[in-house]
Amino acid sequence: MKRGPRAVRIKVNPDLCEGHNRCFALAPDLFEVDDYGLSRARHDGAIPPEREEQARLAIDNCPEFAISVIEGD
Amino acid sequence: MTDVPETCPVSDWATDYDIFDPDYVHDPAPIWDELRMRCPIAHTTRWGGSWLPTRYDDLQAMVRMVPALSSRSTAVVPPPPALREQLVAEAKKYGAETPPISADPPEHKPFRRMILPFFSPRAVEAQIPYTRALCHSLIDGFIAKGEADAAVDYAQQITPRVIAYVLGIDPGRADEFVEWVRGLLELGQTQPAMRIKYRGVIRDFFKDMVAERRANPGDDPISTLIEAEVEGKKLDDYKIVGVCFLLLVAGIDTTWSSISSSLLHFATHPEDQARLRAEPELLPTAVEEMLRFYAPVTMARKVTEPVEISGVALQPGDKVLMNFPAANRDPAVFDRPDKVVLDRQRNRHIAFGLGIHRCAGSNLARMEMQVALHTWFDRIGTFELTHPDSITWAGGQVRGPRSVPVRFGAAVC
Ligand code: HEM
Ligand code: SF4
Repeated sequence: MKRGPRAVRIKVNPDLCEGHNRCFALAPDLFEVDDYGLSRARHDGAIPPEREEQARLAIDNCPEFAISVIEGD
Repeated sequence: MTDVPETCPVSDWATDYDIFDPDYVHDPAPIWDELRMRCPIAHTTRWGGSWLPTRYDDLQAMVRMVPALSSRSTAVVPPPPALREQLVAEAKKYGAETPPISADPPEHKPFRRMILPFFSPRAVEAQIPYTRALCHSLIDGFIAKGEADAAVDYAQQITPRVIAYVLGIDPGRADEFVEWVRGLLELGQTQPAMRIKYRGVIRDFFKDMVAERRANPGDDPISTLIEAEVEGKKLDDYKIVGVCFLLLVAGIDTTWSSISSSLLHFATHPEDQARLRAEPELLPTAVEEMLRFYAPVTMARKVTEPVEISGVALQPGDKVLMNFPAANRDPAVFDRPDKVVLDRQRNRHIAFGLGIHRCAGSNLARMEMQVALHTWFDRIGTFELTHPDSITWAGGQVRGPRSVPVRFGAAVC
């Protein structure tokens, strides 16, 4: 995947995620959830620029504040 | 009963709140707004005594104070002292625990992990066809009349059948399940004898079910619990019964309250009703907004060690009401919190609680709300209240309208 200078990388903190699945509902191709509802960022958290807004929506809807931008903010 | 009669008017909400005060049950938000500014963790001696936080940040912090704020007693109204003995006897006979909701770490996690797979996004997707067919058949039953009670004839019929279907028990007994859950959680709050009676009824029902599944195992949750092990040991029957008990009661009046509140909202807000009809793609954000605005569930915690929060010193033995609904109206977090915004994009509401006890059924509840509202809007034309004065609300642990009579025209397809 090609990433321009604006590309961001996100991470789900497994210690904070409690499986509300808001991220998965809002951006199913950016997150995956296991049988217990716990979430992981797909593609190692790399977010293509055109999906950045969707990623930010997921971040802002997570009740546990479990998702953060770790690169490119 | 408590020493303060329930009819006694509230003198000061900060020191004497009453969660069963008719004004509070009808619309607590103005009271929360006042408290948030003046006394964000209020106190009362009514109904056994409790603390009432109203700020989002305080709720966020309190769910993480584990086990200082313990889940071993989550009833908003504790049983009155006169009934304690009866309760102890009952607990001996049946067991009193309903894990994971009644458990603290480390006991909590294994129980939670046993049930979560039945409520994962993938598992819940498999329940959509049943739920949709159910919603259609309920509407078939009243559509020709041009009127219905959206709470009694619709919402209340959906949730017990869906959870029965998930648990692999007979959805045909839905009316009984509703009676049991209302007796236990709604009427039982102020009539403790009811609470005890229905606790027994539900536990007896599941004792029989567990025996039946032990004889005829399947891949349903009850059979899974029978096979489950914690630290290499199978569960005692009373614990299995406790988990089943929780799964039955946790999903019925909660989700039915949310569906009823939503339909009441749209019946009384024609502009929102028209908007959702015109823009059905707003359904997912609309459901989140309904959950935020009409959050039905308040759970309690028991304080087990002294803790301080926002200047209030909580003492062992105190009760705290986890006021998730008030957090959802906190202007520090939500823009225009007292306005329903169907396309609210940023909505970090905590209607399902948060932290380790996050509602295990949240994916199922969201699916039920989406399917119920979608099917209703699909089949039912413009609707409005028949008797605006006849709305009755249940309050306390679970808040929601219990009767929402509406009339409607034919849907324009
Ligand atoms: C709109 C509907 C619902 C709402 C608002 C709701 C709300 C809640 C809340 C606030 C909690 C947290 C309790 C605490 O912190 O002590 C909770 C826990 C729980 N809920 Fe729900 N609930 C709903 C529907 C359901 C459904 C459909 C089920 C399915 C069985 C369910 C099962 C559970 C379970 C098992 C727990 C305990 C989780 C744990 O302790 O780990 N709920 N719910
Ligand atoms: S929204 Fe937050 S808590 Fe929920 S699954 Fe996603 S990361 Fe986890």
